[in-house]
Amino acid sequence: MARVAAVTGNEAVAEALRQINPDVCAAYPITPQTELMQRFSSFVANGKVDTEIILVESEHSAMSACVGAAAAGGRVATATCGPGLALMWEMLYVASGMRLPIVMAVVNRSLSAPLNIHGDHSDAMGARDSGWIQLWSENAQEAYDNTIQAFRIAEHLDIRLPVMVCMDGFIISHSIARIDYLEDDPVKNFVADYKSVYPLLDLDNPKSFGPLILTDKYHEYKRAQHEVMTRVKDVVLTVASDFEKMSGRKYELFETYRLDDAEIGIVILNSAAGTAKDVVDSFRERGVKAGLLKPRLFRPFPYEEYAQALQRLKAVAVLDRSDSFGGYGPVFMEICSALYPLAQRPAAVNKIYGLGGRDFLPQHAAEVFAELEEIARTGRVKTTKEYIGVKE
Amino acid sequence: MKPEGWRDLTPGAVILDAGNAREVKTGTWRTVDKPVFKEEHCSNCMLCWLFCPDMAVIVKDGKMVGFDYEYCKGCGICAFECPGKKGQKAIFMEEEKK
Ligand code: SF4
Ligand code: SF4
Repeated sequence: MARVAAVTGNEAVAEALRQINPDVCAAYPITPQTELMQRFSSFVANGKVDTEIILVESEHSAMSACVGAAAAGGRVATATCGPGLALMWEMLYVASGMRLPIVMAVVNRSLSAPLNIHGDHSDAMGARDSGWIQLWSENAQEAYDNTIQAFRIAEHLDIRLPVMVCMDGFIISHSIARIDYLEDDPVKNFVADYKSVYPLLDLDNPKSFGPLILTDKYHEYKRAQHEVMTRVKDVVLTVASDFEKMSGRKYELFETYRLDDAEIGIVILNSAAGTAKDVVDSFRERGVKAGLLKPRLFRPFPYEEYAQALQRLKAVAVLDRSDSFGGYGPVFMEICSALYPLAQRPAAVNKIYGLGGRDFLPQHAAEVFAELEEIARTGRVKTTKEYIGVKE
Repeated sequence: MKPEGWRDLTPGAVILDAGNAREVKTGTWRTVDKPVFKEEHCSNCMLCWLFCPDMAVIVKDGKMVGFDYEYCKGCGICAFECPGKKGQKAIFMEEEKK
């Protein structure tokens, strides 16, 4: 059934959007945008979709238009990356606070200064507190599959929340890889028709969006928003199991690789996980019990599940492709929070790698595993946080 | 009555009850002055009704008839805008005796 193609990550996500045929896409048509929306806009121009595309003057306006279109009652998607996502920041909170199920592809790129548009996770990590669900993708296949699942997750009646689908800039977005596309009809049936709960354009039932809520109730609205986030992981798993029935491809909250009996392990997001898995294999060949965990659902963060998966390790290294300057890397902070309640927990170190598109090479993963072997043997951590692959 | 808790709120703070601004009595925090209506100078131009940022101007059968002070915040816009008749305004602001 599947169509095999050789495409970039951008093309793969644009193809998913073509199959889904959203009502409205708003986008800013020049840098920092990627070719993803350009690909999609040619589907619009060629009549392959009925989507109304709104080209605006900035990414802040792009998200504002998405918010308006979603409040009006439409199924809405967009794409952004790096500084574009940073410029959307204010409106991200509006989208989630208004519970609008917008789906956005985020091509992960660094933030200025110095000016750099290559791949790292600074953009999406900066938006991690914005109330959006975040799904991360190792390769174009996962970005395509996650985009299709994202609509079902976002629009699920238990939650109704916006979703970001993240993939690495250039490494995945602009590199060609093999992908198995699904046929149009199964995808259309999978996402089904969208029906807004409170469409603003339902003129028989007038309503208002975006009221001023002061000290008497704002705190309660945020409490309710937290509550709805606690329901997300079940929805993600339900949608993943339906997706598996359709596609044969299995997704969970995170992926584990040779982790069950592992003594040392690496936690790493997105494309670098592929490189690190090869290194896991080479350590296994030498009889070292190495394993890997690749987060998929990063927001909300399912702490208990992560703790369970990592608790038997003696030592774990969390690799972050972004930094919280003056703090630890964002993934490390979450993993440590997950592990802290355990009576017996692995020693943990944080490595910052690959900023601004710096290559992550097998030798980097090998050095980390060698250090983890040492930590597992001695129980001693020399440096908690350290940059790797850096010129001294 | 138990105050509304976080479980009772509509998702995304959507207001489903159209026109519920009438439940908010702006007049409870009116500033020092309140508008006073002098019918004899009124030309029924409706500018006060149009400009009032709340719903404090009462209109009956196309005629301005006075103020609903429950919704009047004392901003004075109506008095400022009122053209009145023959150079005499039909609305003036008067200090309120508390
Ligand atoms: S003072 Fe302001 S609020 Fe009061 S009636 Fe005039 S315009 Fe309306
Ligand atoms: S603005 Fe003055 S003249 Fe016009 S309707 Fe109001 S009170 Fe009468």
